[in-house]
Amino acid sequence: MPPAASASSGPADTDQAATPNIPQCTPSNTPKHDASDKRWRPVEAAMRRNGYRPGGLIEALHAVQRSYGYIDDASMRALGATMQLPLSKIYGVVTFYHFFHLKPKGRHTCVVCLGTACYIKGADRLLQAISREQQMQPGETSADGRLSLLTARCVGSCGQAPAVVIDDLVQGQAEGSAINRQLARLNGREEERPAATATKGPPAAGEART
Amino acid sequence: MSGGRVITLQIDGRDCGAREEQTILEVARENGIYIPTLCHLNGLHPVGGCRICLVEIAGAPRPLPACVTHPVEGMQVTTDNPELRRQRRLILELMLAEGNHICAVCVVNGHCELQELALQLGVDHLEVPALYPSREVDASHPRFGLDRNRCVLCTRCVRVCGEIEGAHTWDVMGRGLQAMVISDLNQPWGEAESCTGCGKCVQVCPTGALFEKGKSAGEMVKRHLHLPLLTAMRREEEAGE
Repeated sequence: MPPAASASSGPADTDQAATPNIPQCTPSNTPKHDASDKRWRPVEAAMRRNGYRPGGLIEALHAVQRSYGYIDDASMRALGATMQLPLSKIYGVVTFYHFFHLKPKGRHTCVVCLGTACYIKGADRLLQAISREQQMQPGETSADGRLSLLTARCVGSCGQAPAVVIDDLVQGQAEGSAINRQLARLNGREEERPAATATKGPPAAGEART
Repeated sequence: MSGGRVITLQIDGRDCGAREEQTILEVARENGIYIPTLCHLNGLHPVGGCRICLVEIAGAPRPLPACVTHPVEGMQVTTDNPELRRQRRLILELMLAEGNHICAVCVVNGHCELQELALQLGVDHLEVPALYPSREVDASHPRFGLDRNRCVLCTRCVRVCGEIEGAHTWDVMGRGLQAMVISDLNQPWGEAESCTGCGKCVQVCPTGALFEKGKSAGEMVKRHLHLPLLTAMRREEEAGE
């Protein structure tokens, strides 16, 4: 539970800039919910903005995910204790919305759209092909933390169905083999680099981003 | 209870008086008109989740759930006709197809609201393919068990735990086919700190999803191996006399 001290420490958003777009989680940066953890301050601020009322839950969850990249049990317990919300309710909200993650995301993400248009264009077979090749179930992250395979309900690119989003870049008319090749290339590119640079920011496809 | 404007409406052609804060279901029950329900339970807030209590209202484009619809002056409600029965039957079939409802091996066989409804609505087979999911059973609580295969997500347990006991141990996680009842942070029930072990959820569960331990068919083990010993001892006793 965040102590009252952190409430009076004022809005501290300066550390936000230092947070990489895809935050990494290692044992040393698992959330600590007190004033000693700067990343908890935006969460505290989000709760305070809504007067610590239960209605501010989703906003607070967004803040947790922005700070840590995912929402872990300890964060949910801290939110529950501060906002007087039952744990099961928080867990229900987190799992209801696709945007929230209970586990750290991989350094790369591959989101397969399962919206209506994509589904008609064979998104289920596409997902199967990727899932088989990468040996991961949808929603999982590879053991080495390299790749997360996710699904979405429409990414708004129905004209390019079936669509796959790899590291924020939409791939239209996606084919299983091409996507798998691209994912393999991502992994390959990462191997070439030293580990230190590979973990910094969203790598790959960055040059193609518009 | 009193207060609120008095409204007259017709339910199945019968004139009924109602207060505006009542629901159609309450008015019907007061007047002895039967509407089948599943997720509704007196004393808990209605959620209109199961749609078994659908009724037709003259002028409304589609059937509405009686448990959360309030009466309006001059409203004409139909609670039973072949079309409503067909719809209720389909809803029930979808519920049955989504889980594993095998009455023969269920702890509440004969005392089950779902089974009772199926009998009443004449569901003797499924017209939709059954999914036969394999869902987890939680037997971690010392006194109770949760078999999600038999859960229809009526949320009675969620509501009784939150509204009456005030613990709110239960809630529903996920969505669609993946939705399921969880305790605290999706922990085993026996490890959920907020649970008081009051057992209200078990009492309100309409199916065998929440049950008291020791009552399942597999636990009904008869012990008759001690009989030969008893007879032998009795014979010894008699011989001694």
